[in-house]
Amino acid sequence: MKSKAWKEKAAKIVFSSASSTAILIVLLIFLFLFKEAIPFIKDPGISKLFGTSWRPVSFQEESFGIVPLLTGSFLVTILATIVAVPFGVIGAVYISEVSSKYEREFLKPFIELLAGIPSVVIGFFGLVVLAPFIKAVFGLQSGLTALTGALLLALMAIPTIISISEDAINSVPKTYKEASFAVGASKLQTIWKVTVPASISGITAAVMLGMGRVIGETMAVLMVTGNAAITTLSPFESVRTMTATIAAEMGEVPFGSDHYRALFWVGIALLIITFGLNMIAQKVFSRYGGRQ
Amino acid sequence: MKYGNVKKSARLIIMLFAVMCMMLLSACGGGEEQAEEGTGSITIKGSDTMVHLVSSWAEQFMNANAEIEVSVTGGGSGTGIAALLNGTTDICAASREIKPKEMELADQKGIEPVEYTVALDGIAVCVHPENPISELSLEQLKKIYTGAYTNWSQVDGPDQPILVLSRESSSGTYVFFQEHVLEKEDYTDQARLMPATSSIIQSASEDKWAIGYVGLGYAEEATNKIKVIGVKETAESDAIFPSVETVLDQTYSIARPLHLYTNGEASGITLEFINYCKSPEGQKIVKETGYVPVS
Repeated sequence: MKSKAWKEKAAKIVFSSASSTAILIVLLIFLFLFKEAIPFIKDPGISKLFGTSWRPVSFQEESFGIVPLLTGSFLVTILATIVAVPFGVIGAVYISEVSSKYEREFLKPFIELLAGIPSVVIGFFGLVVLAPFIKAVFGLQSGLTALTGALLLALMAIPTIISISEDAINSVPKTYKEASFAVGASKLQTIWKVTVPASISGITAAVMLGMGRVIGETMAVLMVTGNAAITTLSPFESVRTMTATIAAEMGEVPFGSDHYRALFWVGIALLIITFGLNMIAQKVFSRYGGRQ
Repeated sequence: MKYGNVKKSARLIIMLFAVMCMMLLSACGGGEEQAEEGTGSITIKGSDTMVHLVSSWAEQFMNANAEIEVSVTGGGSGTGIAALLNGTTDICAASREIKPKEMELADQKGIEPVEYTVALDGIAVCVHPENPISELSLEQLKKIYTGAYTNWSQVDGPDQPILVLSRESSSGTYVFFQEHVLEKEDYTDQARLMPATSSIIQSASEDKWAIGYVGLGYAEEATNKIKVIGVKETAESDAIFPSVETVLDQTYSIARPLHLYTNGEASGITLEFINYCKSPEGQKIVKETGYVPVS
């Protein structure tokens, strides 16, 4: 009896420590980021971060303003979301409500395959195929633009949005639809007036998680956005995202320099944004889950 | 049975720990080892531009001489020279010559830097093959890259905007170009910072009004995709096209020699290594990593 209780306790400790490892790691990452970034506040001063030019290597004066990087990430993310949401949501509606079982079995593995393509491969495709295409279509000087990056990112966000939206749509109670049909609504009317509104919080959460994926994506944007640190909201300009900046510069930066610490601040900004997006998604999702 | 397993794994852990301790100890002691003929270790510190080249040499050298350990670190030419003066490195890799001030310091410390030129680095400026421009002066290049000129018509070309391509700021080429062509001024904000030389070539071959710079080795391989333009030292002088010959005889402006420095004439395994770098095999690696061989 006693040994059984002891075993139970041991098992509980093992299980709870396994599940809390993730929390511990997140906390450690936060701590590490701050530890590396803090000295920046004192020595060139935190106000340097709010400048509008990012010029970390210079013989004149180094500047570490993250505004162009923020607007770059913001622009690419918004554009990607605008492109990905219609495809994602309509795709999810089709798969869960309209398609036959046979079609569904054919479509779903392909969508999952799309989610599994390494981003560097997507980036290479973007550089060689999409960028010249964008340049030709819009008559631009160069195909390395925010729009090119956004289209690639949309491609990566669509599978996330489809899978999660589809779950949300599937969990709308059958009785809702039956009631709609009973009052004479057509299938299309039922989908847009009943099913989608009923699962809107799940779809919102899906979009948020898709955005989280987009803003954190690095390799593809590094390859196709041109990486000029310009503060702009035009989709046809080159932008430099936060992730691309860290990836491109961290490798060669002198350890412990101002530049090094500034990169950690960029990392902190990025972490806070993705953390926020995830929190919103969680909140929305739990509300929708609670109604079940 | 179960108990035995526990014991076994405990023993394994202890063994692993012991191995780690030994590794740590040997790592600490490594630097002190005296170089014997055919065995020992060499430390090389210095230029970030040369890190890739020097580590390729070190790798091949260690493959051929299993007894010799070569460790390579970057940090910049200045850091490397400082390490040589402090006696903390056997060889210093530098993409510039030792400054008079550093020479003075060396004298005071009783250190006698000896220079070995092991490779040359030339940077080719390239445009789209259909661009009518075929030569630019250093002054014009500077104005294009700092953003003073934004249209090809300002350099006697067609009325088209210039698309400026540069390497990422982490690249040694970026800094060299900035120091040498931009005369230490800042690049224009509009410059597209490309993650790799291949992306510059890709973009310059696609975008009709682009201008970019790449290492000479890369430019020579991509002449079917891009047009390498001649560079004039001043507005009046002749345009010189980058090639192994013009880099070697120093008529081409955007070039520099890459050096290894030792304290006093190299001897023992240090000399072996430097001879390897200058050997045909070593110079083949120079070419492969995008630099110009010295012989």
